[in-house]
Amino acid sequence: MPARASTSLLSVRDVAVSFGGIVALEGVSFDLEPGLIVGLIGPNGAGKTTLFNCLSRLYTPSSGDILFDDSSILARPPHQIAELGIGRTFQNLALFRNLSVLDNINIGGHCRSRSDYLSDALHLPWTRRAETSLDLRSRRIVSYLGLDGVIERRVGELPFGTQKRVELARALASSPRLLLLDEPACGLNHEEVEALSAIIRQIRADLDVTILVVEHHMGLVMSISDRVIALNFGRKIAEGVPSLVQQDAQVISAYLGMQRT
Amino acid sequence: MLESVPEPAVPDVLAPSLIGRNGLMLALLAVALLLPFVVQNFLIFQLTLVLVYAIAIIGLNLLTGFNGQFSLGHSAFYALGAYVAAMLMDKVDFPYPATLPVAGIACFVFGFLFGLPALRLEGVYLALATFALAVATPQILKLSPLEYWTGGVQGIVINKPDAPFGLPLTQDQWLYFFTLFVTVIMTVLAHNLVASRTGRAMMAIRDNPTAARSMGINIALYKSLTFGVSALYTGIAGALGAIVVQFVAPDSFTFLLSITLLVGLVVGGVGWIPGAFFGGAFVLFVPNFAESISKGLSGAVYGVMIILLIFVLPTGASGLVRAALQRLRAHKIQ
Ligand SMILES: Nc1ncnc2c1ncn2[C@@H]1O[C@H](COP(=O)(O)OP(=O)(O)OP(=O)(O)O)[C@@H](O)[C@H]1O
Ligand SMILES: [Mg+2]
Repeated sequence: MPARASTSLLSVRDVAVSFGGIVALEGVSFDLEPGLIVGLIGPNGAGKTTLFNCLSRLYTPSSGDILFDDSSILARPPHQIAELGIGRTFQNLALFRNLSVLDNINIGGHCRSRSDYLSDALHLPWTRRAETSLDLRSRRIVSYLGLDGVIERRVGELPFGTQKRVELARALASSPRLLLLDEPACGLNHEEVEALSAIIRQIRADLDVTILVVEHHMGLVMSISDRVIALNFGRKIAEGVPSLVQQDAQVISAYLGMQRT
Repeated sequence: MLESVPEPAVPDVLAPSLIGRNGLMLALLAVALLLPFVVQNFLIFQLTLVLVYAIAIIGLNLLTGFNGQFSLGHSAFYALGAYVAAMLMDKVDFPYPATLPVAGIACFVFGFLFGLPALRLEGVYLALATFALAVATPQILKLSPLEYWTGGVQGIVINKPDAPFGLPLTQDQWLYFFTLFVTVIMTVLAHNLVASRTGRAMMAIRDNPTAARSMGINIALYKSLTFGVSALYTGIAGALGAIVVQFVAPDSFTFLLSITLLVGLVVGGVGWIPGAFFGGAFVLFVPNFAESISKGLSGAVYGVMIILLIFVLPTGASGLVRAALQRLRAHKIQ
């Protein structure tokens, strides 16, 4: 397919991934227009996290292409993805457990700040200035997500729900244009899920960001998403507005099939 | 982004504690400056060696404590630094202070290059690779083709420098001050580093490499640079050690030296820069103390002391000092 200028922020084209004999993704294609909240659903093992890992270049697809801003990300090393504008959270928390909340968020802003080994060791004025502005940005995000009370605390000793919030803050610190959230509601209690859905909407309203969210909590996905994509056994089985995808025969049978096993 | 969000107040509770900390540092430095005028020459010599070990342990801490890479091979970097300094003084009459940067740069390059293939090795495998380096080093230093430079099994003897500018100091006093000066610089640089963006990247890699990569951290770059910088520290310590001991020989730099540094690191506190001074003092004084208890079983006594210490203070001196500081702060508030 010839590369064409398009209106989509992200274009996933015919992506396939397999691990040994297991096909985790096969022929998955979709486009994301800027400013949307898109839900990605599917039963356990459907390939949702695998897709996220391709988008953040932790896995390389065996075929297909992924375009961000009309250029392929597959030519780029994983550590350049954050700077391109793709930020994420992880299904099982992947925080820097021994560091403070502020440090975690500052690390999230790593790609938006500059320094080098020698200048940092010498504590040169320019790195001090960069550090001050990074710190200020991070503190803004801390306030934005209501984490002020725990800013100096070690992340590993915080309650689970707070840790998830810190991970979201860390992802925002990279100023992403595409934010990937892998099961943000998993393990949260009812009030926390309510709050999360408000936060996700607020983030989209305040920041210039497109959100792709993997979630098993159907109430949450269906209420916040403009569009939903359903995967099953590595293939896309449905895509559309939430009300339609919810009624899709294949989607229903995929979830029923999961319940039987 | 987020411009609409009001600027949060930066807490100024940090300010008084910072002054308190600087005050403590100045007091410790004053004690360090006065010590050589009140103790015997031999003790001055030993204190100088404590500082030398401390620099090497800081180097190991940057790698292991802050970046999560294991090394049993730091005796090799120490040896390289020591030999570079000794050969420069012996063969080309280099002034001793000028040998330090050369030794440091040589070790940085060697450590960086060693760190590149080591990038593929995790945990125990990296420990094994560095162990091989430690074991090979004394044998390489003994090789006859290198004997003109290394002095073979005999090693190289170095002259002890006098105090410059006619300062009224003994040689031991002068070397102590010289070493203290270098130690302060190296400690401040390490302190700056770990508190910076680079330091955070190092710790992020230690805590969660996958997440670190997704945050845009170039893991290969930071890991290999940290390997180089760690080797640089240890190499400078080696060069200072050579000048202070006035002698280098292959058998001073066996695998046992790597273990000594590792013990110093753990005793002082992994991931805490000032711990290096506690660790350095421990590995220098405690083995002698163990020997004074029982000549025949000094090794066993030393071993028991290490086990006891780890048992009582699992986080090394860092835990003790932090707890004490917390008590002090709590006391002040009351
Ligand atoms: N690194 C890996 N090595 C081997 N197999 C893998 C790996 N990662 C994923 N898989 C397999 O790929 C398939 C898809 O897994 P993936 O984690 O993407 O599912 P998921 O949709 O995120 O599921 P869940 O809802 O349980 O998180 C599964 O069969 C899984 O076992
Ligand atoms: Mg998953």
